[in-house]
Amino acid sequence: MSTNENTAPRRGKAPAGERVADWADGRLGIYSLAKTNMRKIFPDHWSFMLGEVCMYSFIILILTGVYLTLFFHPSMNEVEYHGSYIPLQGQMMSEAFNSTLHISFDVRGGLLIRQIHHWAALIFLAGMFVHMMRVFFTGAFRKPREVNWIFGFLLFVLGMFTGFTGYSLPDDLLSGTGVRFMEGAILSVPIVGTYLSFFLFGGEFPGGDFVARFYSVHILLLPGIMLGLMVGHLILVFYHKHTQFAGPGKTNNNVVGMPLLPVYMAKAGGFFFLVFGVITAIAAIASINPIWSMGPYRPDQVSTGAQPDWYMGFSEGLIRAMPGWEINLWGHTLVLGVFIPLVIFPLVLVAIAVYPFIESWVTGDKREHHILDRPRNAPTRTAFGAAWISWYFVLMIAGGNDLWATHFHLSINAITWFVRVAFFVVPVLTFIATKRICLGLQRRDKDKVLHGRESGIIKRLPHGEFIEVHEPLSQEALHTLTAHEQYKPVEIGPTVDENGVERKVKGSEKLRAKLSEAYYGDESQIPKPTVEEYKEITSGHGHH
Amino acid sequence: MKKLSARRRHPLAAVVVLLLALAATGGLYATLAPASQAKADDTAQSLAIDEGKKLYSVGCATCHGTGGQGSSDGPSLVGVGAAAVDFQVGTGRMPAQQPGAQIPRKKVIYTQAQIDQLAAYIASLGAGPSIPTKAEYGPDGADIAKGGELFRTNCAQCHNFTGKGGALTHGKFAPSLEGVAPKHIYEAMQTGPQNMPSFPDTTLTEQNKKDIIAYLNAVNGGNTESPGGLELGGLGPVSEGLFAWIFGLGALIAVAVWVAARTAKAKKS
Repeated sequence: MSTNENTAPRRGKAPAGERVADWADGRLGIYSLAKTNMRKIFPDHWSFMLGEVCMYSFIILILTGVYLTLFFHPSMNEVEYHGSYIPLQGQMMSEAFNSTLHISFDVRGGLLIRQIHHWAALIFLAGMFVHMMRVFFTGAFRKPREVNWIFGFLLFVLGMFTGFTGYSLPDDLLSGTGVRFMEGAILSVPIVGTYLSFFLFGGEFPGGDFVARFYSVHILLLPGIMLGLMVGHLILVFYHKHTQFAGPGKTNNNVVGMPLLPVYMAKAGGFFFLVFGVITAIAAIASINPIWSMGPYRPDQVSTGAQPDWYMGFSEGLIRAMPGWEINLWGHTLVLGVFIPLVIFPLVLVAIAVYPFIESWVTGDKREHHILDRPRNAPTRTAFGAAWISWYFVLMIAGGNDLWATHFHLSINAITWFVRVAFFVVPVLTFIATKRICLGLQRRDKDKVLHGRESGIIKRLPHGEFIEVHEPLSQEALHTLTAHEQYKPVEIGPTVDENGVERKVKGSEKLRAKLSEAYYGDESQIPKPTVEEYKEITSGHGHH
Repeated sequence: MKKLSARRRHPLAAVVVLLLALAATGGLYATLAPASQAKADDTAQSLAIDEGKKLYSVGCATCHGTGGQGSSDGPSLVGVGAAAVDFQVGTGRMPAQQPGAQIPRKKVIYTQAQIDQLAAYIASLGAGPSIPTKAEYGPDGADIAKGGELFRTNCAQCHNFTGKGGALTHGKFAPSLEGVAPKHIYEAMQTGPQNMPSFPDTTLTEQNKKDIIAYLNAVNGGNTESPGGLELGGLGPVSEGLFAWIFGLGALIAVAVWVAARTAKAKKS
């Protein structure tokens, strides 16, 4: 680029780029858009990039998915296989399965693209899970971001179902078993179950329709909604501005970081290619969903080790751990062994989704929060999150109980019973343990603030006593460790006014006071050091 | 003729006729029966049985009883056949190390000759399936695709799609079929060892068994290729999910940490 033109008055036309930009600005108003957004500041922390991992895997999914649609035939018409995979020669199979084999063995790059697509799906869901937990544990869901939390949650749930409909498309024996599993769950719904199942499959399972129907849902309906939600999610991130961890110079009213252009554009753009590269490398290294070794789906066949992809694992676990209860009344069967898990399934997800609203009700805090919490400084929230993860993990163990049994030489019955007990006990234990750990860490922080860092230097005093020299923390560190706010438990207040008239206290108010006490009572947080405490300890008698 | 007919009422006539008849049948038998062959085999067979019985008394009788009749510690072996012995001893499952939910495969301690002797002894206790020949389990004339279909219908519900094994109740399990000799797979189908149901020729014909073995050799044998890369145990979504979390997300988080640590420096102007 030449810089001369800037100094000398311009003669003739402006450079082509400027003219194009002017043309676009006259029609799209890009200058004012760029002015407000190009210098948008984003804070720097690796955990803020987890959402980017999700977004990029979603883009990779769309790109590879488009390629796959060029060769996939969403049809259940029966054909005889005559492709290159010898052990299936002459077998009858649906066109869907046949075309997936074709993609895997006979389309150039087909298997790699298929594997990138499937690995990206697993990583997309795992990324959303971790991103969601980051937001949860740092309290980033608080006002004004509750709506965005719900958007994210919906993306996760829709992602689960997009994944489910996606891996069901090849119509192989494993995924067919998964679809059968779903059909069984639908059938267990009292009264309407049979109708729903016949409606979904266009008749008796498996029928000839479901692949085509799942196809529309998988490539159009769900990804369309997800794309919309994702754009909304990003717009809200822009609108709210990104949260940041507490630190010197960082307040609730500013964002300390780097501008979108050029720094974040370069970083994020580069990161996209890194994500694509990692996923491609994994797809090139490791096989995923080798449908050729599973064979075509037939309702009379089944294999052991029939699990869904990981994000559906907890639903598998619910079914595997549930005792096979059923009630027979007047010629009708109520299959509680399947219906109860079907009811718990959404509850597991909803439990984490509604938490932000419960917390804001308990605190009664209507202010905006842009500074993130350290998990230890919100012990009850952290303990709840950890308990939820442990609950989820227990169900995952149940979902893979057969593999735990064979790989650790255990009895599958013992594992199932462990899970039945652990389903109720482990979250409680995790809650208690996590809360204790958080309080311990708070005490440690307090100790560090008041007494400084242990330097490891042992000093002998004139009278013979040995002490360890503590180094005082820097101002920055002191600020970071004490920046968090501590709530006071909500009190109901006097129930009798000065005239002796009793005030009616609502049940919800009492519950709220109790919860608030549990959240912010003396048992649940260590009071952070005050300035007076600090001054008293640091003044005069220096050591300790 | 007159002489003969005149003496037909002689008191010794009946004895003479009897002697003649016996001589005739005996002679006919001697000429028609494959006498010499049978005689030689009989000796070798009985020798093997004798040797087998000795081995049996040392290695097996503690649990299966001195005459193979079984005890509280082991089932009766009458009628299990040579194939069952060849499978159990030939894969090292027998003699068992300790009782348990299931006797696992381990190092084989008998030579094939000794196993054959044991098998001969057990076969002599009662009729049962014999050890299959190479023509029965060999790859010639097998239909791999048909074998795959049969495998998915009859075997996959315990042994997994390609025979990687699976769990059964109370610590029992369907073992992995990787590296199992075709003969032993055939014998297992024929005899139904331990927790496995048996698939006699009336259920799965000789040809069916041959097809299944050929299929297993194709998808879970020494020369099986995994077109997609690492097989991850061939166990399906659980190991894939674990891999995605640890190596997929793990690598991406490592990359994110790396990118976040390299930030632009503010320029002083």
